[in-house]
Amino acid sequence: MTRQRKLLSIPYYLWIVLFVVFPVLLLLVQSFRGLDGSFTLTNIQTYFTSQVYLTMTMQSFLYAFLITVLTLAISYPAAYFLTQTKHKQLWLLILILPTWMNILLKAYAFIGILSQTGFVNQLLDNIGIGAQPLLFTRLSFLIVATYIEIPFMLLPVFNAIDEIDGSMVLASRDLGANEWQTFRSVIFPMSLSGVRSGIQAVFIPSLSLFMLTRLIAGNRVITLGTAIEQNFLVTQNWGMGSTMGIILILIMFAVMYVTRKRRKGVPGR
Amino acid sequence: MKKLINLSLVIIGLTTTAFLGGRYIEQAQGTSGADVFHLYNWGDYIDSDLIEQFEEETGYRVVYETFDSNEAMYTKVQQGGTGYDLAIPSEYMIERMIEEDLVVELEHSRIEGLEHIDPDFLDLNFDPGNRYSIPYFWGTLGIAYNEDLLEGFEPESWEDLYRPELADSILMIDGAREVIGIGLQTLGYSLNSRDSSELQQAADQLTELSPNIKALVADEIKMYMIQEEAAIAVTYSGEAADMMWENESIVYILPEEGSNLWFDNMVIPHTVQNEEAAYAFINFMLDPEIAAQNADYIGYSTPNQTAMDYLPEETVEDEQFYPSQDMMDNLEVYEDLGLEYTGIYNDLFLEFKMIK
Repeated sequence: MTRQRKLLSIPYYLWIVLFVVFPVLLLLVQSFRGLDGSFTLTNIQTYFTSQVYLTMTMQSFLYAFLITVLTLAISYPAAYFLTQTKHKQLWLLILILPTWMNILLKAYAFIGILSQTGFVNQLLDNIGIGAQPLLFTRLSFLIVATYIEIPFMLLPVFNAIDEIDGSMVLASRDLGANEWQTFRSVIFPMSLSGVRSGIQAVFIPSLSLFMLTRLIAGNRVITLGTAIEQNFLVTQNWGMGSTMGIILILIMFAVMYVTRKRRKGVPGR
Repeated sequence: MKKLINLSLVIIGLTTTAFLGGRYIEQAQGTSGADVFHLYNWGDYIDSDLIEQFEEETGYRVVYETFDSNEAMYTKVQQGGTGYDLAIPSEYMIERMIEEDLVVELEHSRIEGLEHIDPDFLDLNFDPGNRYSIPYFWGTLGIAYNEDLLEGFEPESWEDLYRPELADSILMIDGAREVIGIGLQTLGYSLNSRDSSELQQAADQLTELSPNIKALVADEIKMYMIQEEAAIAVTYSGEAADMMWENESIVYILPEEGSNLWFDNMVIPHTVQNEEAAYAFINFMLDPEIAAQNADYIGYSTPNQTAMDYLPEETVEDEQFYPSQDMMDNLEVYEDLGLEYTGIYNDLFLEFKMIK
């Protein structure tokens, strides 16, 4: 039995080694390569002494943080009310539907909506406010990024809330807690696992949304993704690009660590 | 669950049939045989009628693949694994590809029609004696603006772009050399400067331009200018020609301080599999009537002087697209900067993007 199990797990180990461990190792080795191909620490040194790269990292972090907060602020109440509705699976499906569409198509659709002659500006014009520059602003970048990330937050949060045993809520009400108290001390703490996976699923991709920064923000918002793309495709400085890739991975680990499931402090299960 | 599996099987079955069928038809037509010609070119950079005509005349099947930057093209050709027979990069990239042996030396005895090319476009620094490349198109970088939106103000120079009333109204081409070049030329320096103090001054100069930049984009500029999303764009001459075709209020000018002059030439990359077809294509494109038809369609300037006779007079006489000798002397061609300075230009460009 155990022998069989070992045999069956071989493809998975192979997969992990070939497509996870090996590429990351390649990236790590590449990040120590200088422009001339020699082994060097200059990339890391450049990164940590360059005002440009450090500011860019800070900016990426800030935008990813804002996007995550916004998606959470919208998704949590949405997920909560979804669990209370009658046809919750149907509503959930409708809200998740946009993920079936290619992200590029969605970005181009937003260009149409936000442009000078687009839908929003026509509306503003009709009610007398007059057309505003919307496209290529930080605000539009945040709106579109949030829109795109919402399903990835909504789904885990919805599942977490939905899994809460109804009798817990009833017990809480029985013991005299009002609705707010029930939410604060029972539902919210028990849904935290979903919030954590949601944050992980949204924050990390948001750090390097280089396509949206270009299409929606017209390169007026710069994230680490832009710099990585440039280093690989234009400057041909694969070493520097890899260094930034490694830094993104490290940030990812940091986020995972901070949002990890703690033994203590989570009531319930 | 069973339904889902069945549905998936049907979809997989259908796509497999379509794929195999397509393969069969391709083989019957000889796409993967010796009669195929792989052309690697910029997007929307040839009149598609001409591809059909070439196929009819020569019997080759053309597989047309596109790239959106010289660097992307370089990476794909260099890495190999591709079977391109002909590519059309720009001059500084050709210089680099010659140095790195990525292009095949041309046999001039197999080329017909080179005499139609204006001598000004032959034997240039990046490829002396045209040993590796044959001119395809050339053009400039300049300012396209919408007369109606600017209400009387007509920019004439890079300097004019710095005016405070132009806040948030310029669409800038998303290229390091182009943007840093504007800074350098505003100060009267060379586009190929390798002097770090000049480069730093240029970057400082550009800081003042930053508030006027609405966005740094590439191919989308054309669409936005036609839709009047912005009043001014820094873009290439052929792109501007397309805009003017669609929107009559748009004007294209070459700035007083000078600008960039570029050439896109045909080369045979080392990945070539069908040399015969590559030469046939070069000769086809050198034919004056063909070159004229292509130039009329694309909007960039043709280096083929005999072809000029076939073009409408207003095109040929338009000084913004076929500048006078005086203006030409003011234009500068990019040189390959080498990896180190390419990196420096791009870091300065990143820094520029981050202001605001």
